Amino acid sequence: MLKKFVCIICPNGCEISAEVEDGKIISLQGAGCPRGQEYVHQELVNPVRNIASSVLLEGGALPLASVRLSKPVPKDRIFDVMKEIKKAKLTAPVSIGQTVIPHVLGLDSDVIVTKNIPVR
Amino acid sequence: MEQKDVIIIGGGPAGLAAAVELCRRGVRDILILEREETAGGILKQCIHDGFGLTRFHTTLSGPEYAQRFLDETEKENIQILTGTSVLSLTPDRVVTAVGRGGLKHFKAKAVVLAMGCRERTRGALAIPGERPAGVFTAGVAQSYINLHNRMVGKRAVILGSGDIGMIMARRLTLEGAEVSAVFEIQPYPSGLPRNIHQCLEDYGIPLYLSHTVTDIHGKARLTGVTVSQVDEKLKPVPGTEQDFSCDTLILSVGLIPENELSMQAGVQIDPRTKGAVVDEFCRTSVEGIFAAGNVLHVHDLVDFVSLEAERLADSVAEYVKSGSLPENRLSISADKNINHTVPQKISGKNGFTLSLRVSRPLAGCEIQVLQNGKVIQSKKMKKAIPAEMIQIPVSRESLSGNGNLEVRALC
Repeated sequence: MLKKFVCIICPNGCEISAEVEDGKIISLQGAGCPRGQEYVHQELVNPVRNIASSVLLEGGALPLASVRLSKPVPKDRIFDVMKEIKKAKLTAPVSIGQTVIPHVLGLDSDVIVTKNIPVR
Repeated sequence: MEQKDVIIIGGGPAGLAAAVELCRRGVRDILILEREETAGGILKQCIHDGFGLTRFHTTLSGPEYAQRFLDETEKENIQILTGTSVLSLTPDRVVTAVGRGGLKHFKAKAVVLAMGCRERTRGALAIPGERPAGVFTAGVAQSYINLHNRMVGKRAVILGSGDIGMIMARRLTLEGAEVSAVFEIQPYPSGLPRNIHQCLEDYGIPLYLSHTVTDIHGKARLTGVTVSQVDEKLKPVPGTEQDFSCDTLILSVGLIPENELSMQAGVQIDPRTKGAVVDEFCRTSVEGIFAAGNVLHVHDLVDFVSLEAERLADSVAEYVKSGSLPENRLSISADKNINHTVPQKISGKNGFTLSLRVSRPLAGCEIQVLQNGKVIQSKKMKKAIPAEMIQIPVSRESLSGNGNLEVRALC
């Protein structure tokens, strides 16, 4: 079966068409780099996405600290992860890379801070 | 009046990158003027990831990307006056700014315009209907949600398929709002394919092409919009009206370079880019005034903004040191498939990177750069879309010092 994909790994957004049988890639066309093949494979087996949000910050110069995941998580767990992020709270100061939730929901990904925010 | 070698107006990604690179080129008497309380520009509120793939070979969020340049400016001890708005810029490079200390006047050997861009609003589109609360531009909604911890609504529709609009569609969905649809007046999307996929398709948000909002309902708060199909001339087709109930309308209908100060200084503006007409040195029509980043032309990726500002810094450093740059006598014209090019002029003595956008989606085309009727550079593209900025390097060796350049897309 011919399946079409838009690779989201980089801004090139390659349109990839892949001949897929039983979840396996038989042939693949349109990928501008090897990451395209990896992406299609991932999409077939277990699509993953990174998400960004923010966490409430107490005593900071800003009311929110922006966060993202250190690694993408399965697409169907995105809203579960969002619930965990919503529960979290931080106290200023915070800095980029600081872990908010290690291994969120037991997944191989941490919620990390993406902004340096000093105390108010 | 304080004298400076270089004054940079705007402390966003373009201004910061230019400052850091100028320092590396030995120009240290620099001042950045930034109207916000902290530098970093709009990246502060762009908390999604995907920045930095070209410039840093890793994927970063907006604040992380900005911090890389902020760290450098700190290391280089570059002076940034935040909370300072520039009120005027004269053709002889006198900058008047207002901040905590009141009015300040500066005179610079070179001025770098790095003010970025602003969003088109409902007013610019002249959408008829009531004027209730609940109509936001995508960037304003982004600022409310990501910086001020204020949710903008529960049920949203989005007009325009620009990247920020699509990113906000995902953001609103993640935050628990319902985004019913995105409407795009053009027959093709105006944002990047990867955002259509990861911001709309992933969350089941439909994209309606050749559709626009033709009426807005609600007194105090938005209660819904009327949407119509449009014909080839982008005129609404009577009888195709459809009502969508919503409390929020997000507009993602284009960005315009912020050139009020540039125009005040007499800088010639390109009606297509709405930014300055520049040469390969990022030099405007006014002596000693340079421009880079989104104030010059709207970029799709911040990585290209930084790279452009870094190239500008090379020229500005050269200009500050020697007081002049080669003459730019040659012009660059484009055919109807190309919306615009940057630069619009060149000296013919240097290699440069040509940036352009196509005016409509093209499949299987070759973009050619010609001088004196001879193809000196070309790029084959399986597809070219207006959403994507195309960059073509033109080497010094391929150029002749005489003869204007033409750019065309052959399909």
